[in-house]
Amino acid sequence: MTTTDSWRGVAAEQQDDLPQAATLFLRDRSRRLLGSLLRPYRPAVAALLALVVLENLARLATPVLVKVGIDSGIPPVVHGRGATVLITVAAGALGAVVIQAACHRTFLLLSGRIGQDVLLELRRRLFEQFMHLSVSFHERYTSGRMISRLTSDVEAIDTLLATGVEDLISALLLVVGTGVLLLVLDWQLGLVTLASFPLLIRLAAWFRRQSALAYRRTREAVALLIVQFVESMRGIRAVQGFRREERNQAIFETINDRYRLANRRSFRLNAVFGPGVLLIGNVVIGVVLLYGGYRVLSGAMTIGVLAAFLLYLGQFFEPMQDITDFYNTFQAASAALEKLSGVLEEAPEVAPPAEPRRPAASLGELEFDGVRFGYRAAPVLDGLDLVVPAGQTLAVVGATGAGKTTLARLAARFYDPTLGRIRLDGVDLRDYAEADLRRAVVMVTQEGYCFAGTIADNIGFGRPTADRSAVLQAARAVGADRFVDRLPLGYDTDVGKHGGRLSAGQRQLLAFARAFLADPRVLILDEATAALDVPSERLVQRALGTVLAGRTALIIAHRLTTVEIADRVIVLDRGRIVEDGSPRDLLGGSGRYAALHQAWLASLA
Amino acid sequence: MGRPAAHPFGGLWALRRYVRPYRTQLLVMAAGAGLGVAASLVIPLVTMAVINGPIAHRQVGALAWLALLATAFGIAQALLMFTRRWVQSAAVVGLETAARNDLYAHLQRLHIGFHDQWQSGQLLSRATVDLSTIRRFIGYGLIFLVVNTVQIAAVIVLLLRLDLGLGALVAVSTVPVAILANRFERTYIRLSRRLQDQQGDLTTLVEESAEAIRVIKAFGRRRLVFGRFDAGAVQLRETAMAKVRLSAGFWTALELIPNLVIVAILLIGALAVGEGTLTLGGLVAFFTLFIQLEWPVQSLGFILSSAQEALTAADRIQEVFSATSEVQDGNLDLNRPAGRLHFEQVSFRYPGGDRDVLRAIDLDMVPGETLALVGPTGSGKSTLVQLICRFHDVTGGRITLDGVDLRRLTLDSLRRTVQLAFEEPILFSASVRENVALGWPEADDQAVRHALEIAQADFVDELPYGLDTRIGEQGQSLSGGQRQRLALARAILGAPPVLVLDDTLSALDVHTEARVEAGLRQALRGRTALVVAHRPSTVALADRVALLEDGTITAVGTHHELLARIPAYRAILSQAQEAEGGADRPAARVR
Repeated sequence: MTTTDSWRGVAAEQQDDLPQAATLFLRDRSRRLLGSLLRPYRPAVAALLALVVLENLARLATPVLVKVGIDSGIPPVVHGRGATVLITVAAGALGAVVIQAACHRTFLLLSGRIGQDVLLELRRRLFEQFMHLSVSFHERYTSGRMISRLTSDVEAIDTLLATGVEDLISALLLVVGTGVLLLVLDWQLGLVTLASFPLLIRLAAWFRRQSALAYRRTREAVALLIVQFVESMRGIRAVQGFRREERNQAIFETINDRYRLANRRSFRLNAVFGPGVLLIGNVVIGVVLLYGGYRVLSGAMTIGVLAAFLLYLGQFFEPMQDITDFYNTFQAASAALEKLSGVLEEAPEVAPPAEPRRPAASLGELEFDGVRFGYRAAPVLDGLDLVVPAGQTLAVVGATGAGKTTLARLAARFYDPTLGRIRLDGVDLRDYAEADLRRAVVMVTQEGYCFAGTIADNIGFGRPTADRSAVLQAARAVGADRFVDRLPLGYDTDVGKHGGRLSAGQRQLLAFARAFLADPRVLILDEATAALDVPSERLVQRALGTVLAGRTALIIAHRLTTVEIADRVIVLDRGRIVEDGSPRDLLGGSGRYAALHQAWLASLA
Repeated sequence: MGRPAAHPFGGLWALRRYVRPYRTQLLVMAAGAGLGVAASLVIPLVTMAVINGPIAHRQVGALAWLALLATAFGIAQALLMFTRRWVQSAAVVGLETAARNDLYAHLQRLHIGFHDQWQSGQLLSRATVDLSTIRRFIGYGLIFLVVNTVQIAAVIVLLLRLDLGLGALVAVSTVPVAILANRFERTYIRLSRRLQDQQGDLTTLVEESAEAIRVIKAFGRRRLVFGRFDAGAVQLRETAMAKVRLSAGFWTALELIPNLVIVAILLIGALAVGEGTLTLGGLVAFFTLFIQLEWPVQSLGFILSSAQEALTAADRIQEVFSATSEVQDGNLDLNRPAGRLHFEQVSFRYPGGDRDVLRAIDLDMVPGETLALVGPTGSGKSTLVQLICRFHDVTGGRITLDGVDLRRLTLDSLRRTVQLAFEEPILFSASVRENVALGWPEADDQAVRHALEIAQADFVDELPYGLDTRIGEQGQSLSGGQRQRLALARAILGAPPVLVLDDTLSALDVHTEARVEAGLRQALRGRTALVVAHRPSTVALADRVALLEDGTITAVGTHHELLARIPAYRAILSQAQEAEGGADRPAARVR
């Protein structure tokens, strides 16, 4: 890191979104992924290979036919012996051209279809996997990286499948085929022509190395440029409010200049490579004219061969560009494949049971039995024992970091305990089939997430099979109907991205309606009212009575308003239960809860 | 709108200022391209001369000269191409960079109202994709539009002179190729856009699924969400296949037509040689010249459509460049501002809105006073706060700072005097230090640490690299409360005479909130502050409270006065009553 970059700070975690060091060989897991994706298409891939070989054979035939036409077709015409040979040759050439076109078209269609099918399958597998992986994985992985896996990485593979492979195979076949044909047509002249080959290969190798570096540098520069640009625009209020424009401009111009230099470098590489290939090709043409012309005039070779050589040279040098282009595409795709296979081989930390079990009776009794859990080394919960009888409303209070949220997430099986077990109606949460568990236990979080869509859609998420009247009933039950009815479109109101058209309180009411519709035996509220202002909180508070009736509830709360409706309160401190009792009893005592409550009352003054 | 006079090339013409510094380079590029084409034309002609001359007449000496001539022209062609590309690499990248710098600078200056209407993605595509399109057109398209046309004309004239009939055939065959290429490109771009849109929709879905992963898990709705994704992915595949079909047809035709012409040349040309109307060398030259024609004809089609692309791109860029800031800079600097903030009959209406969001606001804050602003959601609190930094200008009345209308002050002076912390903290992917010292890059570590201390942001010391740790989207992730405390430290730094806190403590837990408030009480001493508050504890920081209801101030007084007098105020702020009521309610649901 240069000193001019110090404003960026040091990244605490490694970023994996930049292209990695180039390698021609795929790692095992990437190869396995590619193999499993292509396996269903094995016959089709074989057909593709046949097509591309046939196509290039036909392509190579044309100059030979021109040679035959000139050497054997013209003399009979000159001597008045008819044009049969010439017409046969032309017909042959026509055939070759048509075969080439037909093969090419079929190849493009077939390979395009396979490519798109593979991509669809890859997208499906990835998304399925992301949905399958546990919450702790997502907390680590972040949404940004999940998005890049499903967009830019899949697209890198798309590019490889769409253009890369065909270009490479065609180019290789063409170069090799042309080389062989030149030797067959006239080995002396062929050898002289092919003498240029080592030079070409060295030029291409140099270019490949350099352009891989340049490619990487350009990607890095543009990634930084995009971040700086987008963040400045999204944060324009902070930029202008804090007079940041000048410094931002200096930073942006530095980054932009780095991008310019990176771009210029890769353009210059092309400025050397393209003309370099042309130079070698043109010199070879001169040599072919000289030596080939000499051989023709000395009678060792025919004019037709010379013409064929000149035609072949045109297609001999051109594919070199394709071969090197392919390298960039391949590099991007192999880096992408590496990351994708990594995600796909990730085992879910919260695994489905081999043999799902069901409880004898569905009541809603929740039991923590010697539960230990830690995110890293230090345990957040250590040997927690707790029984929540069916139908009880339990409030969990305690300072930040006491383990309240961990307790909630364990109960919702976002994580599994490291030691001990959590049982619902006597059955370990780990033994529930996913569908059964999610029907039984639902958690409402602080953010009250809204999906883009209508209000009815958002409530209906709790039970997608519910009809309209059930959705309306759920809204009424939690008191959301009052604000929904005031909206011009009512339940069909589009809430906007992230529910942006609703207030935090309204979003939270929808989240409660959603949970009410899902009708679980156990409901977990993780600081579900923390982000609300007082009137909204009061609204939600009223809804809670209805929502909690007839089910077991676990309420995690900072603010003690929520706690008042609980049947029982536990106070957590550093992962242990330090107080346990009814709110009334605890309030009367001199313990932590009483102190917390006192402090809270004081804050209201 | 500062739109320039209408010009047939619209936005592209308006961007000519970026081309001007590179005029010489562009001329060199054009000359290089032209001479390169001329050199490439000579080679087939020399070939013809070799076959018809030395070979037919067995002159070894002449052969050597001609071959050397061809080689010389070949080398010249390569050198010209190198020169053109080398010059081009500096010139076009340079003009693209200059335009991007200007675009960024312009965007930073545009008023907030503009940014509220434009998504950052739309602006980004102008700064990247559109500028690259223009760069490609100027560096490549524009030059080859001319050079290729000349080359095609020259080759066809040469071919016509070699053999009139065959030449005419070749000339005619170029027409469908150029038309096809142009039409293909247009359809292709249309399909690509559709594909991009669908990809965008799918990305939004992925984004949403990533952010809502807890909700999806909590309700076990994996299948449902997968179904939505799958429908999008299948649709994407359909569009991609349409693109594949289009390309397959086009690229096949693009190859087939010239190949058919080669067959025709072979047959007709050879017959002509047999009849003596064409020389053998002429026939070979015909082949090689024809091959040279292939690319220019094809590319002409692409270049024409890339010209259309560049025009559209330039118009899109010009759309941004021609927008002017509606918040105009003043010319007065405040010297040692005292911090008296006065709202005089202020009203505000969003552009295009049908009603005033704020009306008849009268508020007078004396230097050193802390005023809490309380009001229900949607009453206009955040809008009011934004007027103080002139993110928007009042549409009626005026706001004065030390008696001077805000609009007369320079933005720099105003925003040095007034600093604010937002409800949604905005962090950048940069170090903690850079984020806190956003407005004061010259602030030293001591000042930064002091601000962090007041904001109770001691967690910074536990970050892996302390003040140097990168935070924001590309760095260490922080909790909502931690982000808010950093935003608070940012607002405090530089000791602004006026501090505006827009509900900055909402994500803090009770204990941290109490500590931050203790720190704030000190920091607020001696400066004017407007604090948007939702909780009694925050209101306790203030000397006076103003109640904002439905866009207007309905009451001003101390917390206790308002609590006693105003029922609406009680409804918003009195948690106590509700809590007591809840505690006294009989425990009806104990089973």
